[in-house]
Amino acid sequence: MDKQDIIKPENLVYKKPTLMNDNPMHYCPGCSHGVVHKLIAEVIEEMGLENKAVGVSPVGCAVFIYNYLDIDWEEAAHGRAPAVATAIKRLWPENLVFTYQGDGDLAAIGTAETIHALNRGENITIIFINNAIYGMTGGQMAPTTLVGMKTATCPYGRDPKIQGYPLKITEIAAQLEGTAYVTRQSVQTPAAIRKAKKAIRKAFENSMQGKGSNLVEIVSTCNSGWKMSPVKANKWMEENMFPFYPLGDLKDKE
Amino acid sequence: MAKVKGAIVVDTERCKGCSLCVVACPLEVIALAKEVNLKGYNYALQVVEDKCNGCTSCATVCPDGCITVYRTKVE
Ligand SMILES: Cc1ncc(C[n+]2csc(CCOP(=O)(O)OP(=O)(O)O)c2C)c(N)n1
Ligand code: SF4
Ligand code: SF4
Ligand code: SF4
Ligand SMILES: [Mg+2]
Repeated sequence: MDKQDIIKPENLVYKKPTLMNDNPMHYCPGCSHGVVHKLIAEVIEEMGLENKAVGVSPVGCAVFIYNYLDIDWEEAAHGRAPAVATAIKRLWPENLVFTYQGDGDLAAIGTAETIHALNRGENITIIFINNAIYGMTGGQMAPTTLVGMKTATCPYGRDPKIQGYPLKITEIAAQLEGTAYVTRQSVQTPAAIRKAKKAIRKAFENSMQGKGSNLVEIVSTCNSGWKMSPVKANKWMEENMFPFYPLGDLKDKE
Repeated sequence: MAKVKGAIVVDTERCKGCSLCVVACPLEVIALAKEVNLKGYNYALQVVEDKCNGCTSCATVCPDGCITVYRTKVE
C-alpha cells in the first residue's frame, strides 16, 4: 500500500487541534508549553466550550498564548491572573474560566493571589507550568528551583542556606478548604500526556459544576534555561524533578 | 488478520527540529532531515515508508502540532 493511499480524510486519526491556529509559536524547540497548549485546546473542543472559554494569560514565556489558541483571553499583570479570573468568573458564571501560569508567575510574585483565590474556592482552574526556573527572563532561580540546581542567579547550585528551600505550592493548595481537585502531571510521553489531558478535563468540569477551585500542576522542562537538548531535558526532569515533585492526584473532592 | 498501516505528514515549515517525535516513535520511522527549513531547523520526516502503524505517539508529543497521522486497515 502506498503512503498516498493511506493519507485520506477518512483515515485521519490525529491533527493539531482546531482551536490552535497556524501562527508559529515563539517557544524554543521542544518546550513543554506547546504540548500543554494543545491539551487545553483539545479539552475545550471536546467539551464544546469554544465560545464560552476565557483564559487568563501570565507574564512569562506563555504571555503570548492568546496569539495561539483562538478563544477569549485576558492578559493579567505578573502573578495576578487568579485575581483577574476571579472577577471574570463571578461576572460570567456560565463561562469556563482558567488561568495559565508559570512557576515564577504563580509561586513567586503571585503567591498571594494564587493561594487566596484557591482558598476562596473560586470556580476556576489554574494550569501551573512548573519548569523550576524563570524561562522568559533568561533562566533565573525561581522559588521552585531544586536544591543543587544551577541557574543564572545560583550558578553554583541552589543552596538552602542562602536561597532557602523549593516551594511546593501544589501541596499547600491541597490543604485549602476551597480546592476541589489538586493534581500534579507531566507531558513528556504519550501516556503522561493522556493522563494530563484527563486531569485538565476533570478540573474544567469541576469548575463548570461549581465544585470549587482546581489546580493542575504540570511538571515541565525549560530546555533553554536548563541548557540541555529537549530530549535530555525530559530525561533530567524524570530523574531530578519527579522525586521532589511526585506525580498524581493530591486531592479529589468527589 | 487485518494489518494496520499508518502514515504521517509533517508540516516541515512549522517544525523546529526538537527531535521529541524521533525518540517517541517506537518503530524508528522518523529522522531529522539534513536540509533545513526557512527558520533554519532540520525538520522531521518519515524516512521509513512501510513501517508506520499510525499509533500517533509522535504527533502527541510534538509541542508545535506539526504532525498529522493517518491510519487504515489492510486485509
Ligand atoms: C512586575 C514584574 N516583575 C518582573 C517582571 C519580569 N519577569 C518577566 S517573566 C518573569 C518570570 C517568568 O517565569 P515563569 O513564570 O516561571 O514563566 P516561564 O517563562 O518559566 O514559563 C519575570 C520575573 C515583569 N514582567 N513584571
Ligand atoms: S525559555 Fe524555557 S520556558 Fe521559555 S520557551 Fe524556551 S524552553 Fe520554553
Ligand atoms: S504514528 Fe507511530 S509509528 Fe507512525 S511515525 Fe508516528 S510514532 Fe512512529
Ligand atoms: S516533535 Fe514536532 S517540532 Fe519537534 S522535530 Fe518532531 S515534528 Fe518537529
Ligand atoms: Mg518557569
